[in-house]
Amino acid sequence: MMELIGIPPQALFGQLMLGLINGSFYAMLSLGLAVIFGLLNVINFAHGAQYMLGAFVAWMLLNWLGIPYWGALVIAPILVAATGLVIERVFLRRLHDLDHLYGLLLTFGLALIFEGVMRSQFGAAGMPYGNPLPGGVNLGFMYLPWYRGWIIVASLAICLATWFVIERTKLGAYLRAATERPEIVQSFGIDVPRMITLTYAFGVGLAALAGVLAAPAYQVSPNMGSNLIIVVFAVVVIGGMGSIMGAIVTGFGLGVIEGLTKVFYPEASNTVIFVIMALVLMVRPAGLFGAAK
Amino acid sequence: MPETLLKVSDLHGWYGESHILHGMNFEVRKGELVTLLGRNGAGKTTTLKAIMGLLRQRKGSVAFDGTETISMAPHKIARLGVALCPEERGIFSALTVRENLHLPPVLREGGMTEAEIDTLFPRLKERWGNSGAKLSGGEQQMLAIARILRTGATLVLLDEPTEGLAPVIVQQIRDALLELKRRGLTVLLVEQNFRFASTVADRHYVVEHGQVVDHMTSDEIAANTERLEAFLGV
Repeated sequence: MMELIGIPPQALFGQLMLGLINGSFYAMLSLGLAVIFGLLNVINFAHGAQYMLGAFVAWMLLNWLGIPYWGALVIAPILVAATGLVIERVFLRRLHDLDHLYGLLLTFGLALIFEGVMRSQFGAAGMPYGNPLPGGVNLGFMYLPWYRGWIIVASLAICLATWFVIERTKLGAYLRAATERPEIVQSFGIDVPRMITLTYAFGVGLAALAGVLAAPAYQVSPNMGSNLIIVVFAVVVIGGMGSIMGAIVTGFGLGVIEGLTKVFYPEASNTVIFVIMALVLMVRPAGLFGAAK
Repeated sequence: MPETLLKVSDLHGWYGESHILHGMNFEVRKGELVTLLGRNGAGKTTTLKAIMGLLRQRKGSVAFDGTETISMAPHKIARLGVALCPEERGIFSALTVRENLHLPPVLREGGMTEAEIDTLFPRLKERWGNSGAKLSGGEQQMLAIARILRTGATLVLLDEPTEGLAPVIVQQIRDALLELKRRGLTVLLVEQNFRFASTVADRHYVVEHGQVVDHMTSDEIAANTERLEAFLGV
């Protein structure tokens, strides 16, 4: 078969697609982080653990209650988002007036607790979750498994819908305004504390939704979030903290760059995102899409 | 005499350990434009924040239209019909001028329509699609006032609307305040410039060290110029 720049097309497009799939998760998780940071000023270190909880809840729904993937796709994010409501009301609300560091430490502690509980209950080895969309299609230049295509389409749709709500609707205008001056928005008659709680729950639900999408593609394991979250933080730093479109574009873009690095220089594939982060921090400390404060 | 819309009694307020308001007492009647005059740090802005519920540590009594609001959250006070136009205007740079204007929900009937706001502040419409951050100080002030006029609020708290503005813009703000009065809105205005205040307001409370220390009508201002200058440090 013909080669493209010395690489067989199957390998090139295969890695490109894996990059897009990783990028889908980077985008969804960094989007949630950006939304939460924008309004709450909290660096939600529990985000990876909440992604992991989404996958575990999907596994439990299937194996304990017989609820299949498509049901779990709706139920699991709602259940995990409900834990987000409690976390915000009980813990994070008390930290609103303090430095970012306190929120980061609290959510880091929560992440360790969530992972520890899951590890003690289910072990560290990981558990399989059946593929709800088996099979695929041969595109000539590559084989496209249906489920991988679904991950990309679903995450793109979720990211764009979130962007639309935040940038183009009245609710989004309240969110953007409350990010700048919450007390002014509250003086307009808007219940900002409730909006903050719901925003945190939404961000957490988004992480859980990514977790459900990830369950059939990867092993459901207690470490699945912590493996991903460090890269996601790098993605958020590169895109710019608090930038919605920045989180989406950077998430997908860096997934693709990582995938292509695996083809052209595999040794650098684990570090390329962090090298880009260092370069961006030197040139544009606020991130590619972030506004300097 | 019109009935009292806002009655503030023995209002105390704190920022952390600092005791700022030491028992404020005053009232504003329906349809009146009343000012709080005082020098920087006298507690005028803090009083407005306490009335709006934005000052967390407060005690005493703030009765709005007969309803005690001292323990209410700001959004609940706003829904009763109180609106605040803050000193720094509170225009959102992430939103366009139009988005800023339409941001506060219309809470009750009687608010201005967009057409009426266009007539009052024609310059704003020319900036419709611009970011709020691109407006001049005067335009930001017009937008901040216009924004709360849409909501149907019955009591407007205005914090130094003329501060730092060119005389021609101050004139426009003055016209806008007189229009509010003509429409029957009740306004509590915080000012340092008593000469400006005397051209728009009915009555004045002089504030010092977080307390009301004097009270006069606009007609009495001319006779008290020296005393006011001493109070206000001008």
